[in-house]
Amino acid sequence: MPHSRLPLLRRISQIFFLLLFLALLIFTSLRPVPGATSDIHLRAPVRLFFLLDPLVALVNALASHALYRGLLLSLVILIPTLFLGRFFCGWICPLGTLQHFVANMPSESKRGKQRIDANRYKRWQTGKYVVLIAGLVAACFGSAAIGWLDPFSLLVRSFGLSLLPAFNAAARAVLLPLEHSPIAFIKNSGEILHSILLFFVLDFRQPHFSQGLILGVLFIAILAASLRVTRLWCRGLCPLGALLGAVSRWSVLGLHKDPAACDKCNRCLLSCQGGDDPIGGFPWRKSECLMCMNCVGSCPHSSLQFRFFRNEKEVASPDLGRRRTITGLAAGAAIVPLMRANTGLGKSRHERLIRPPGSLDEEDFLSRCIRCGECMKVCPNTAIHPTLDQAGLEGLWTPTLIPRIGYCEPSCVLCSDVCPTGAIWQITPREKGWVVGIGTTEGRSVATSQPIRLGTAFYDRGRCLPWAMATECIVCEEWCPVSPKAIYVQEAQVIDSAGNTKTLKQPRVDPSRCVGCGACEYACPLQEHPAVYVTSIGESRSPASQILLNRK
Amino acid sequence: MAGQPDLDKQSQPAPLTRREAMLQLLRVGGVAAGAGAAGVWLSRHSLRPVPSLAEQARRDHRTSANPQFPHLTVVQGGEPRALVQRALADLGGMQRFISRQDVVVIKPNIAWDRTPEQAANTNPEVVAEVVRQCWQAGAKRVIVTDVSCNEPRRCFQRSGIQAAAHAEGAEVILPDPELYREVDLGGVVLKSWPVFTPFLEADKIINLPIAKHHSLVGVTLGMKNWYGILGGQRNRLHQQIHQSLADLANFMLPTVTLLDGYRILIRNGPTGGSLEDVVLKKTMVAGTDPVALDAYVAKAWWDLDPEHLPYLHMAAARGLGTVEYDKLPVKFSQLG
Repeated sequence: MPHSRLPLLRRISQIFFLLLFLALLIFTSLRPVPGATSDIHLRAPVRLFFLLDPLVALVNALASHALYRGLLLSLVILIPTLFLGRFFCGWICPLGTLQHFVANMPSESKRGKQRIDANRYKRWQTGKYVVLIAGLVAACFGSAAIGWLDPFSLLVRSFGLSLLPAFNAAARAVLLPLEHSPIAFIKNSGEILHSILLFFVLDFRQPHFSQGLILGVLFIAILAASLRVTRLWCRGLCPLGALLGAVSRWSVLGLHKDPAACDKCNRCLLSCQGGDDPIGGFPWRKSECLMCMNCVGSCPHSSLQFRFFRNEKEVASPDLGRRRTITGLAAGAAIVPLMRANTGLGKSRHERLIRPPGSLDEEDFLSRCIRCGECMKVCPNTAIHPTLDQAGLEGLWTPTLIPRIGYCEPSCVLCSDVCPTGAIWQITPREKGWVVGIGTTEGRSVATSQPIRLGTAFYDRGRCLPWAMATECIVCEEWCPVSPKAIYVQEAQVIDSAGNTKTLKQPRVDPSRCVGCGACEYACPLQEHPAVYVTSIGESRSPASQILLNRK
Repeated sequence: MAGQPDLDKQSQPAPLTRREAMLQLLRVGGVAAGAGAAGVWLSRHSLRPVPSLAEQARRDHRTSANPQFPHLTVVQGGEPRALVQRALADLGGMQRFISRQDVVVIKPNIAWDRTPEQAANTNPEVVAEVVRQCWQAGAKRVIVTDVSCNEPRRCFQRSGIQAAAHAEGAEVILPDPELYREVDLGGVVLKSWPVFTPFLEADKIINLPIAKHHSLVGVTLGMKNWYGILGGQRNRLHQQIHQSLADLANFMLPTVTLLDGYRILIRNGPTGGSLEDVVLKKTMVAGTDPVALDAYVAKAWWDLDPEHLPYLHMAAARGLGTVEYDKLPVKFSQLG
């Protein structure tokens, strides 16, 4: 195969994987499909990119001393990288592809000489190795916080919680006036467009996520950085790129330079993605090269070729140096103990930190959660949101339920299905245990073990209508999904403002039955500050957070 | 800019021609006049936003009484489809209610994320059979919809109703948040409310409730099913639930009501969850008098007199039916 075709092949591969990523992300949602009444699971393998991510697997292994289901698949990327180098970054990674695309846009600050100069290797590119070392050391100390910078976590978080919801809002803003147009043609085409978009992209309901704006702006800033320096993120920050770069030092495929043919025209530097010095006269930097093949395609003298088993001068390992290595080690070793010496994880946990069902106890949770936002994206009630301070700085962007926005649907386990690392352990609706006898047909119900509890509901009797305002209500009791209901009512005589005696029903919580789903809080008519609310006390994942001596 | 000549070295610029000056003036003048006109026009139209008047929209789909047929029929001891077939036959057949080219909206209870065995939603086989009979009677469109409480996609799927109705060729419409219209319910407590549009555009409406226990009211039967036509903040309705129920019943008068009593929820309603709460009753109660139907079921199955259910008297007082079901022609049938 002639070498000049390789960039074209690469482009096809990049577009394919970008579209695959977006498709899987869009399918990370409950889509209306007529079917059986049995448990609802997603059909698409929406976790695929996380399973292929060796950084996620390595951090998971270091922090939890095991590999969660499917993460072994990352060897599919890791082992070929040992032989072939960072092809993943140049050919597959959708975040790389997006930056590649942005970097190709014309930019005032990236012309001719400047552009050539910008694509020479720079020492700051070793920054990503420092990030990686710090992240891996932090993982040894029991924190998967490197997920803040993992490219797939970044992508899912940014697209799932910010850009797609924004697209959803924009599409509806355009479609709604069309659909209400008095002109039949415009109205019909608006409706057709709506149903097409609804099928492929749009959500059933407009999703809202806390911190959506900041997540979106951060992502756009990362892409925009590529206008100045091609793939600034991949070259200087990406810990996955660093891992693959470090691993590729043994790779047998490399850039062959023909010094006789090279006339230093610098054309190879114009479109170099990695900043790895493909130009003649300098050693090629293996760990930086993204195998994009642009240099091969752009060399007018065919003096550049990728070949197996070459014997040429090159820089195989990152030029990290002792000082930077130690910086990374020290940073990683310091950051987790520092964060844990604070209150939060150890003492005085946030009362509203309500983890999704199946979540492990907080310490194990933080050792696994990569802040990817898959659970938030998939939740059909958009109940799960990224934390800001509820889980401490260490837990930034980990998931928490906000029952006022959405409650946990009794027989839904989608968040535990999509979690790639087991922070939310995969559970079945039966294990969740909120509905006795679920999944059984006509037979008698089978008593399950203790249900999973997210917290406990409490009444604010100063706001509750039957308690404070002599008004009938108990919508909370109606919505309570467990049987027997955790909310029970008692008739009481109250006196209204006119002095009349009224008999009405006042609700109370039985903490031994409450599972903390938040349906009561969601359904309470006092929306902005519900009179019944869930706090995390009693959550079954945490033995240290219990109220009752003995649960029924 | 690279192509621009150096300004310092340029000679004195030539004065504007009269023609160029005029054009410049015209352009600026045009923009100024346009801005002025637009400003004046907009400021004249600056009115305090007033919510548009809700349409008067009482929906009366009642079927006129026919002395040949009973007002109420109770069928016992059969499978869901057989119960529906017999109940409709007793009432004079579906063609008594549905005419050719009718747009029929069927309103089962699809409120909760529950399976059919848990009896929190209408039995899917009951829905399927009603759909089939509507087609047989010559309906133009048969729509099955409800405004769920739990997540609608889960409710529609796990209730089995989506699949069952699809299999019979009905259109299943999920409660799209954008498909509501503000209408005047004309009630004592319920005035202007968003109503799910398919219910407003139907020629015929078939009410398919399921009988369940309910803490606040005691039972939830036929009229309570109309909660599911409303959008908006309906969690306020509990505050005056009997008046709300009567208001809703006075707004939406169904063509016919078929109450599913195949399985009924006797405890922990209206959500249930445990199979311990469910009783297999294998019964269907159908009729054209919604008040009598609710009164009969409340008394027969829960031993609740109309005095315990003030909404029945409120509805009767508005001429929607009678609580004295025992004075009506009622037919009892036993299958198998």
